[in-house]
Amino acid sequence: MGASLVTIDNVDMRYGGADGTLAVSGLNMVVERGEFAAVVGPSGCGKSTLMKLVTGLHIPQQGLVTVAGIHVTKPVSIVGMAFQNPTMLPWRTTLDNVLLPLEIVERHRRRLRKHKKEYVEKAEHLLETVGLKGFGSKYPWQLSGGMQQRANLCRALIHEPELLMLDEPFGALDAFTREELWQVIRDLHASQDVTIVLVTHDLREAVFLADNVHVMSARPGKILKVHKIGFARPRDLSVMYEAEFNDVVQGLRGEIADARAVA
Amino acid sequence: MSASNTTPAPTALPVTPAKKFDWLPLMPWIYTIGLFLIWELGVRLSGVSHTIMPAPSRIFEAIIQYWGAIQRHSIQTLYTTSVGFLMAVVGGLALGLLIGWSRMIYAGLYPLMVGFNAIPKVAVVPILVIWFGIGTVPAILTAFLIAFFPIVVNVATGLATIEPETEDVLRALGAKKMDIMLKVGIPRSMPYFFGSLKIAITLAFVGSVISETVAANSGLGYMMSAAQSQFNVPLVWAGLIMLAVEGIAMYALMAWIEKRTTGWAHRSQTMAG
Repeated sequence: MGASLVTIDNVDMRYGGADGTLAVSGLNMVVERGEFAAVVGPSGCGKSTLMKLVTGLHIPQQGLVTVAGIHVTKPVSIVGMAFQNPTMLPWRTTLDNVLLPLEIVERHRRRLRKHKKEYVEKAEHLLETVGLKGFGSKYPWQLSGGMQQRANLCRALIHEPELLMLDEPFGALDAFTREELWQVIRDLHASQDVTIVLVTHDLREAVFLADNVHVMSARPGKILKVHKIGFARPRDLSVMYEAEFNDVVQGLRGEIADARAVA
Repeated sequence: MSASNTTPAPTALPVTPAKKFDWLPLMPWIYTIGLFLIWELGVRLSGVSHTIMPAPSRIFEAIIQYWGAIQRHSIQTLYTTSVGFLMAVVGGLALGLLIGWSRMIYAGLYPLMVGFNAIPKVAVVPILVIWFGIGTVPAILTAFLIAFFPIVVNVATGLATIEPETEDVLRALGAKKMDIMLKVGIPRSMPYFFGSLKIAITLAFVGSVISETVAANSGLGYMMSAAQSQFNVPLVWAGLIMLAVEGIAMYALMAWIEKRTTGWAHRSQTMAG
């Protein structure tokens, strides 16, 4: 029983048959249980492929992906996902949207009808945590983009996943909303027993939130370097204005510029 | 720019009366009556013969004069159209879901359906007559055949345009194809489906009337072609007016159903706030 929740061992993933694009090659990555990992890199470096490999939506042609010690050969239901596009279903209220994963995940869907009240309470509590108290009965299109993304995070967390995969969840939001949601996700990570992998283009976001920042190369993607981010938790937004923080961000920026130049 | 816009506002505001009569709901009636008035005046002033272009007053006279026959034929057309339309709804929904379900079925059936849809339905009527004889059955089937296609295409489109992210989120949770269809695909395709009903019902009238004109001894299509052969032009026009009335009524019914069932898709007008 190792402490690592996700291991990716020398993985190759090629799309579209033998002559297709090689999206990632020789990819190695380890995420410890409870860790907050961020993945950054030049665009088109296979970050989304990484997401799909870990969640079991894609099975690699070569190499081994394990989640919680189990070899991934099919979708793993202990994972929650959130994308840049909140993909709330417009015909369901926010609360029903948040409850959706429970109607899918095998161990919950059997209990859902009988224990509906308990689950609704849980969802409402989650909504309260992200600052959406009282918005459960609203439809998604009655919420702002930032509020929809908060609800999206709740949906990703409702089934108590051990691993939360976030693919640029704050990319489409304005700067202030983004900062608010950084704090939301920071507090969620601190309060819930969850491991988070955040794929992002935003280096400041990565450094502010993560314990480790993984830098990916240009396509075919692999991890070039892992940076340990040492700032003490809980981190305040003001940490972003310290010289040390900017040094780390600048260092990362240089590495990604190099990775782009190589491509 | 802003100065010229904002300066008159404070003075202009009290001028507008607090309660202004809302003309909007009356507009359809005003325009319809206007059309008939212009038509009436045009015919009277130009002195065109009733056998070429009867005035509306002459047409309404014909409607009253032949009301018994018109009523019987109108009900027949409404019946064949509705039955054909309902068959198209059931069949179109089923086939649309099937096509949207599987890429394989979609690839196989789509060209066939396009080809089938390209065939003018009036050319199919003689075949239907050979199989079923003249009368009600070919009219129902022609209405069905013509109304079927838009429903299939719309339902399949609704299923085919599920956001890939939504699918990924659900599949990562272990959702089966059936789960994704029930939770996302079918609710998502409902606005497309109900939207297509408005098109389908109008087409169904086209189908049933074509068939009745070619091969029937009742229905508005039959009545009009019989009236035409007797040179009873006002009665032909009376048939057209009845078709328009039935068409508008059924369209309004479909629009109402659409609004009731998929309000979330029309959020800006009906459900905001």
